[in-house]
Amino acid sequence: MSSNAARTLTFNVFRHNPRDSATPPRVVAYSLEETPGMTLFIALTRIRETLDPSLSFDFVCRAGVCGSCAMVVNGRPGLACRTLTAQLPAEIRLFPLPGFELIADLSVNTGKWMRGMSERLQAWLHMQEEPDVDALEARMEPAMAEAIYELDRCIECGCCISGCGTAQMRTDFVGAVGMNKIARFRLDPRDARDDADFFDLVGDDTGVFGCMSLLGCHDVCPKQLPLQTQIAYLRRGMARQGLLG
Amino acid sequence: MKIIHTDVLVIGGGLAGLRTAIGAKRRGLETLILSLVPAKRSHSVAAQGGMQASLANGIKGEGDNEDVHFEDTVRGSDWGCDQHVARMFTHMAPKAVRELAAWGVAWSRVQRGDREVVINGQRVTLTEKEAAHGLITARDFGGTRKWRTCYTSDGTGHAMLYTVSDQVIAESIPVHERMEALALIHDGLRCQGAVVRDMITGELSAYLASATVLATGGYGRIWGISTNALINEGMGAALALETGVARLGNMEAVQFHPTAIVPAGILVTEGCRGDGGLLLDNDGHRFMPDYEPEKKELASRDVVSRRMAEHMRAGKGVKSAYGDHLWLDISNLGAAHIDKNLREVKDICRYFLGIDPVKDPIPVRPTQHYSMGGVRTDHRGESPWLHGLFSCGEAACWDMHGFNRLGGNSVAETVVAGMLVGEYVADFCYSKAGQSDLSPALAREFVERERAGLNALVAKPGSENAVALRARMEQIMTDKVGLFRNGQDLDSAVVELAELLARSRNVGVRASNLDANPELVLAYRLPRMLKIALTVALGAQRRTESRGAHFREDFPARNDRDWLNRTLAFWREGDDLPSLDYEALDVLHMELPPGFRGYGVKNIVEHPDSAVRQAEVDEMLAAKPDRYSRQSALMPFKQLLPARYRARNARLDDTP
Repeated sequence: MSSNAARTLTFNVFRHNPRDSATPPRVVAYSLEETPGMTLFIALTRIRETLDPSLSFDFVCRAGVCGSCAMVVNGRPGLACRTLTAQLPAEIRLFPLPGFELIADLSVNTGKWMRGMSERLQAWLHMQEEPDVDALEARMEPAMAEAIYELDRCIECGCCISGCGTAQMRTDFVGAVGMNKIARFRLDPRDARDDADFFDLVGDDTGVFGCMSLLGCHDVCPKQLPLQTQIAYLRRGMARQGLLG
Repeated sequence: MKIIHTDVLVIGGGLAGLRTAIGAKRRGLETLILSLVPAKRSHSVAAQGGMQASLANGIKGEGDNEDVHFEDTVRGSDWGCDQHVARMFTHMAPKAVRELAAWGVAWSRVQRGDREVVINGQRVTLTEKEAAHGLITARDFGGTRKWRTCYTSDGTGHAMLYTVSDQVIAESIPVHERMEALALIHDGLRCQGAVVRDMITGELSAYLASATVLATGGYGRIWGISTNALINEGMGAALALETGVARLGNMEAVQFHPTAIVPAGILVTEGCRGDGGLLLDNDGHRFMPDYEPEKKELASRDVVSRRMAEHMRAGKGVKSAYGDHLWLDISNLGAAHIDKNLREVKDICRYFLGIDPVKDPIPVRPTQHYSMGGVRTDHRGESPWLHGLFSCGEAACWDMHGFNRLGGNSVAETVVAGMLVGEYVADFCYSKAGQSDLSPALAREFVERERAGLNALVAKPGSENAVALRARMEQIMTDKVGLFRNGQDLDSAVVELAELLARSRNVGVRASNLDANPELVLAYRLPRMLKIALTVALGAQRRTESRGAHFREDFPARNDRDWLNRTLAFWREGDDLPSLDYEALDVLHMELPPGFRGYGVKNIVEHPDSAVRQAEVDEMLAAKPDRYSRQSALMPFKQLLPARYRARNARLDDTP
C-alpha cells in the first residue's frame, strides 16, 4: 500500500432473510475506512462487529482453501477471503452466488447442492476391491498421481455454477464442478468404472451435452482448474461412447 | 419437539468424524454426522504438508519403521503422551495411508533414479531405488529421524478430506450440515445424544444416540491470531465441560507453529523447511544452527518457535507495522519445486502478501496452531466419566501428543483415530451398556433448557457487548497465555477471564430472530469460549514446570519428579472456575523412559523411577533378538487394538 490517504470504501451489500416475508430483499450501504492489506473477509467482519451484527456471510478457513466464501464481487464470482480491497474501486457491490438456495444475505447453501450433485454423479472412487491395509500399496506412476491431484484440487466453492450460462437456465445441470469430478475419476486407474458407466451419468443435456462452451466456469475458477480442456475431453469421450457404444 | 434417533451420532464433519462414521456404518450401525459447515469445508482441509506414516519407501526413509516413529513421537511430546496410544498410532499410520491410497488419495509417488533436493541449505542428489518406483513417497518434517511425511503437493488435508468425505457419500451416511450441538443429553453417567440447533431455521431438536462422538477440532480461536479456521472455537470441549462430569485433559498444552504469515496468521507448511527452506533474521543470517546445531530449522515446533521468539527478543527481528517477524526463505528450492510441491504456499503468498516466494522471503512468526489438549478419553476414545461419550481427533486428548505434537502427526491422527474409534464405538453399541434405554423425557428437559436460554438472549439487548468481551479474551490469551508464560501473567489472566465470564451473562442480542443470526451465535458461544480459555489459563498457572509447548519462564525445567502427569479439568455447575485434578504417568511401564529429547535446552528434574526403568529396558533390549519381540516384551499394546488391525505392516525391505 503506497498511497497515503486512506480511501473510504462503500460496500453495497445484498440483504435478505428468505424466512422473513415482511422484509423485502434490499441493498444496504456500509462505509468503512480502508486499512492496509484489507481483504473482503476483514471488511465484512468489521462491518458485522462495528456496524451491523446481523449481517450473514460464510467464512471458514479465510485462507482460500475451503471454498466457503464465494460471492459475487462487483459482478464477478470469486473467493471473498482472498480478495484484497486494494484491487477494487471504492464502490463495492457484494451479492450472494446465484444458482444456490439463499440462507441469508451473502450466505448460500452450496453444501446441499454439492452433496446432491455428488450423489447423482456417484462422485466417489469406485474401488475394484477393498484394500489389504497391511500389504504394500498398489503402485502408481508419479506423473499419474500428479495428473489426478491436478483435477482433485476443486474446492466446491460454486463459482463455476454461478458463472455458467447453462446452470442459470436449467437447475439440473451438473456444471463444471460435476464434469470435472467425472473427469477426475475417469482418469484414475483405480476407479472400476468405464465410459459406458460415465455416459450413464453425464451423457445428456444435464451433463456434458448441456454445456454451451461459454466457459465462464474456466474464467472464474479460483483454483485455475483446466476446465476448458477437461470438458472438451470429456465431451469427446462421451460422444464416442454415445455413437459407438 | 423433534426427536431424531440414531445408533451413532458423530458431531463434526472433519477427517476424524467422517472416518469414525464410516467405521461404525460398516459395522451395521445407523450413523449420522452433524457439521457446522459443509463437511468438505472442515479445518482438516487446511492441513498442507502431509501425514506421517513409516512406509520407508524413499531412500531417505530407509530403515524407518513403527519403532522409530514411536520414539520420535514420544520425544516430540516431551514424554507427556500416553505411550500405549503412541504405539497404537504408529502401528496404524501405515494402514491408514494405504487405505486412503485405495480410496482415492493421489499420494505423491517415488520416481526411480536421481533427483535433486535441498538438505541443510545444500543441493544434494538422491537416487531412489528401482524397486520403490510408484510407491508412496515422503518428505522431511521437524523432529523426525526419517523422511516420513506422505503428501500430495501441499494440499494433503484437502486430498484426504475430499476422499474420505466422498466415501461417506458412497456409504449413504447423512451429514446434517449447518447444525450445531448446544448441549449433550446425559444423566450424569451416560451420554444419550445432543440438543441440536439448525443454524438456518433456528429449529431445536434432540438427537438421541447410543453413542455420541465429539470430533469437533481444537480451540485455537480463543486466541486473537491463530492459523485455525474460524469454526475452531472449542465448542466440542465446552459441551463436554458443561456436562459437569466429563473431563478435559492437558488443556494448557497448546502449540504455536513457527511459520504463520504476518499479519494474517495464515499457515505456511512445515514442508517449506522440510524441503530445505531456511529461517533468516533481520541481517539475512540463518540463525537456527546457532541455537540447534543438530536439527536446525527441523527441531520440533515448540523448540523452533521458542528459538525464533528468543531471537526476536534479542533484537534480531524484522520491524513491521504489525510487530516483529522473521523471514522464511524458500527461494533456494527453485520455481519448479515450488510450483509442484508448494503451490498452496505460493498462492497464499500471492493473494495475502502480494509476493512471490520463488524470489521473495516470506514474513513469518510463531502463531497459535494446535490444541494438544481436549476431551480426555481412554485408548478407545471413550470418556471414563461419561459412558457413551466418545471423542477423537484434535478435539480429544487420548493422548498421543502429550505437550507437543510433531508436524504431520495430527492429520495422521485424524484418520487413525477414526479407524480405531469407529470400531470401539461399534463394540460399545453392540454391548449391553450400549443398549441401555434412552430417555425422551430427559431429551425434552435438555431441549427446553436450551430453548429458555436462547429466548432469554433475544429478549434483551443486554448491557454487555459480546464483540468487545471476545476481543478482550483474545488479547489476554495472546499476551498472557502464549508461547512464554509466567506466574504473574497467568494469575491475572485467570482473574480477568473469570470477570469476563461473569460479564458475559449480561450479553444480549439486538436482532431478535431465532433463525440464521450471527449475533445470537456469538452470544451463546462466548461464555463457552471463556470457560475453555479459563481451563487453559488455570492449567497453565498451576503447572509450575516447562514441558513441550508449555513453557514457564519462572519454572524453566521439565520437572518429571513432580509434574510427569496429565491435567484433568472439569466444571461443577454453578462454579466460577474449573476444578483441576491430575493423573500420573506410569514411568515403570514406559517403553521409552524419560530422557533428553535431543533438541531444545536440556533442563530436567529427573523422576526417581526413570533410572530404574531405563536399567530394566536396557536389560530387556539386550536379551531379545528382533525388534518385534523386544517391543512386546517392553510394552505390549496389540491387545488394545481391534482384532482386524493387529497384523504387521509390510515394507519393501522386509526380509522373507
